[in-house]
Amino acid sequence: MNCTKCKTKAVISLPRHNAAFCKGCFNGFVHDQVARAIKSEWMFGKEERILVAVSGGKDSLALWDILLKLGYRADALYVNLGIGTYSEQSHAKVTKFAEVVAASHGATLHLHTVEQEAGAGIKELAQLIHRPTCSTCGTIKRYQFNRVAIEQQYDVMATGHNLDDEAARLLGNVLHWQEEYLEKQGPSLPASVEGFAKKVKPLYRLSERELAAYAVLNRIDYIVEECPMAKGSKMLQYKEVLNRLETESPGTKQTFYWGFLEKQSKKQPTATTMTEKDRAVLHPCTSCSQPTTAEVCSYCKMMVRAKTVVPR
Amino acid sequence: MQVQLSHPARTVEVKGPKKVKELLRELNLVVEAHLVIKGDDLVTEDEMLYDVDQIEIRPVISGG
Ligand SMILES: [Zn+2]
Ligand SMILES: [Zn+2]
Repeated sequence: MNCTKCKTKAVISLPRHNAAFCKGCFNGFVHDQVARAIKSEWMFGKEERILVAVSGGKDSLALWDILLKLGYRADALYVNLGIGTYSEQSHAKVTKFAEVVAASHGATLHLHTVEQEAGAGIKELAQLIHRPTCSTCGTIKRYQFNRVAIEQQYDVMATGHNLDDEAARLLGNVLHWQEEYLEKQGPSLPASVEGFAKKVKPLYRLSERELAAYAVLNRIDYIVEECPMAKGSKMLQYKEVLNRLETESPGTKQTFYWGFLEKQSKKQPTATTMTEKDRAVLHPCTSCSQPTTAEVCSYCKMMVRAKTVVPR
Repeated sequence: MQVQLSHPARTVEVKGPKKVKELLRELNLVVEAHLVIKGDDLVTEDEMLYDVDQIEIRPVISGG
């Protein structure tokens, strides 16, 4: 199989684009897709400071790499969740990337360790407060990324969510008709109220396989091992189903998610937009002052419960 | 050929020559969820693999 563009030997075929690429042309394709996402969704400009949420996985490290190579001012934050050797290994991959690649672009890595904060790793914490580990992890990550973005005055927060993540989440929301979540599934969420950072997903045009290929081709050393807490999760099941469909009919995932985005954008603006709704219900947490719908935010509630169960 | 797999990590022996596409089908693996790496290089589905080759089939799906 030869490269569609330059006719040399291809390293990857992309059935959904009816194309195959060599390494050079594939990198060009990936950078192009991210640049298109940033532009079409008004994500950020060259002057703005971006905080990338990195996990040590392929998507977030590839995102950091791409943004730096496209000439953006992107720093990163890694939240160490204290999940045994998994966290140790992913922490090491992130540190290595920061030293070997990011530092040469003048970019900085911020670190936050959950164990130091709460006195317990994520698994212990989840058990203490009787909540599933993945949702506890999600709450902590979202909270810490927002906190660092606001405190360090970043203009925007970028996460490595790819086409597969978004299509799987959309499938889950549609299967359960969780319409209230659909509004928040766009790749660019504005900073609706003071204290909430703007959030963007510059990788929504690229599949998980394309991002893994980008990491392999560019020798980005990432953690291949699955998070031990995510085994058998609903998200993984949705992704598996979608990939079976994609293999049979290339383009299924993008038709599903991009089609949804297109429909959303054409919708007549409803009486209250998301921003207005957020403004109406959100106010500062009485304990930490991050925006919340309750008096005390879910993160602070969680920490209070954790601390009452294990007095330190 | 030696084929290295993940989740869980293991190695299996598969008889060549064989195209990447056929190898994935034989192991019941979906193309869209995997990358095939020969030595250090990424290869496309029509690549012919021989008994001397070192192959890694890397899953690309993550939980998040
Ligand atoms: Zn080419
Ligand atoms: Zn709070």
